[in-house]
Amino acid sequence: MAEKISEEQVKHVAELAKLEISDDQLPYFTKQLEQIIGLFDTLSKVDTTGVEPTSSVTDQINVMREDIAENWHQTQGLLDNAPDTQDGYIRVPTIIDESED
Amino acid sequence: MSNFETTIGLEVHVELKTKSKIFSPSPVEFGDKPNSNTNVIDWGYPGVLPSTNKGVVEDGIKAALALHAQIEPHPHFDRKNYFYPDNPKAYQISQSDKPLAHDGWVEVEVDGKKKKIGIAEMHIEEDAGKLAHEKEHSFVDLNRQGTPLIEIVSKPEISSPKEAYAYLEELRKQIQFTGVSDVKMEEGSMRVDVNISIRPVGQKKLGTKTELKNLNSFTYVEKGLAYEEQRQQRVLMTGGTIGQETRRFDENTGETVLMRVKEGSDDYRYFPEPDLPALDISDAWIDSIKKELPEPPAKRRDRYVNELGITDYDAMVLTQTKEMSDFFDEMVKDGADPKLSANYLQGDVNGYLNDNQVDLQNTKITPKNLATMIKLIMNNTISSKLAKKVFKGITEGKEPKKFVKDNGMVQVSDPSELQPMIDEVISDNPQSVEDFNNGKDRAIGFLVGQIMKKTHGKANPQVVNKMLVDSMKK
Repeated sequence: MAEKISEEQVKHVAELAKLEISDDQLPYFTKQLEQIIGLFDTLSKVDTTGVEPTSSVTDQINVMREDIAENWHQTQGLLDNAPDTQDGYIRVPTIIDESED
Repeated sequence: MSNFETTIGLEVHVELKTKSKIFSPSPVEFGDKPNSNTNVIDWGYPGVLPSTNKGVVEDGIKAALALHAQIEPHPHFDRKNYFYPDNPKAYQISQSDKPLAHDGWVEVEVDGKKKKIGIAEMHIEEDAGKLAHEKEHSFVDLNRQGTPLIEIVSKPEISSPKEAYAYLEELRKQIQFTGVSDVKMEEGSMRVDVNISIRPVGQKKLGTKTELKNLNSFTYVEKGLAYEEQRQQRVLMTGGTIGQETRRFDENTGETVLMRVKEGSDDYRYFPEPDLPALDISDAWIDSIKKELPEPPAKRRDRYVNELGITDYDAMVLTQTKEMSDFFDEMVKDGADPKLSANYLQGDVNGYLNDNQVDLQNTKITPKNLATMIKLIMNNTISSKLAKKVFKGITEGKEPKKFVKDNGMVQVSDPSELQPMIDEVISDNPQSVEDFNNGKDRAIGFLVGQIMKKTHGKANPQVVNKMLVDSMKK
């Protein structure tokens, strides 16, 4: 059976996704996420005895691209679509560094 | 000393030198205009499909072979989810549960003791874009987005800052000799994440670890770890506890400073990447890659000592970098004496590189020109004194034979050419001749010097010496 999702979990996921969710909205999203998880319950009903787990649904194996560089010259179009740019950069609000590296 | 033992873990990112990115054909180039080497895939547009660069998989296998790792026959990619402007898809394609290779090792030597340090796993993944922060805004350049990386994760078997340094040196060397990366920390093609914990000797459970940032050279890694080791001991000895925190190394003070306290573990919600076809790495494929691998440093060292007869020390120095070792090999292939070649590479060439702060491949010095110069010394065309001038010519891209001829530098060894000068010097310096005949051997040095002066250093000193002695004995 589907595990209940707590509002705490929804808050946590929202935080990871840098989304602000107000307390009013919490029940709404909690219910939605529960329904999505519920869908997996339906999927789990399929009998998969003897089926190897896989991470790929195509039957393509070792389909790779040779290491050849191509510049598709899409920069201008991509920048035009960006919400804000300056001097060829995408401009975003200042964000404290918490990146990987 | 202390009653604590130290456990250090290193995560090393190595940037591969492929022509195109790992999941898109955009060029891997640095220093170009921002965002000029990007396409819809790099920007994570809806509906685009990544495609795996075969060169990256092969480079990864090369690195795995060099690090004695077990290659996973069916590795796959996973999505590592995090939100940050350097990462437009909001996930990084990496490998988590089936990385490309696992259980490798490198051998280090610290204080005369050899030790194998294990590598837990190594995987291939994409790099993120670059951010430049200013007061009001941050600026995103996605040229680096999708640059292929190998991440190499050590086992927690490094037990001192010195060992960490030695591990990094050896790792850098092994990867560099495969030719898949420049592995230069100063250029960002090698990056190191460090964690360290200590525990009382005999305790099974590892202590709480801290993570160190801003370690931009091997030396800083060692210094940062040494400081942190002491700091943790001080805290525990005074009854404190170590917090799970990220600390920043301060290059000026050599101390580590608290950046932030970590709460809980990272939560990246990895799941299998469904957009990339499965990989099947056969033994036949691995064997064909093995054949392409350049000779590893240890084998070169043995060959230098056993076949070319140079000293252990020289062989060690020459195999510090692939460039130097390749350069040496080419000189020897060209007929230059190995011992003389080794001397010149370690002396004049290294001196030149240090003085000018350049890498060998960025100079005008070629193996062929240097080999030619050494052959000119070997057949007595030039003295080693004149060779200094010829070497300067070589650093300017000059061909040695032509340079010697153009500058009239050919060593004079012909007795018929030297005899008149010798007669002249003898008749001009009766006092020295008398001193010599009275057994003062030093007088001959002065007379040789006179001939060298007359010939602007071109006379062959051995020949002159012998002719002077013969003439004065008459």
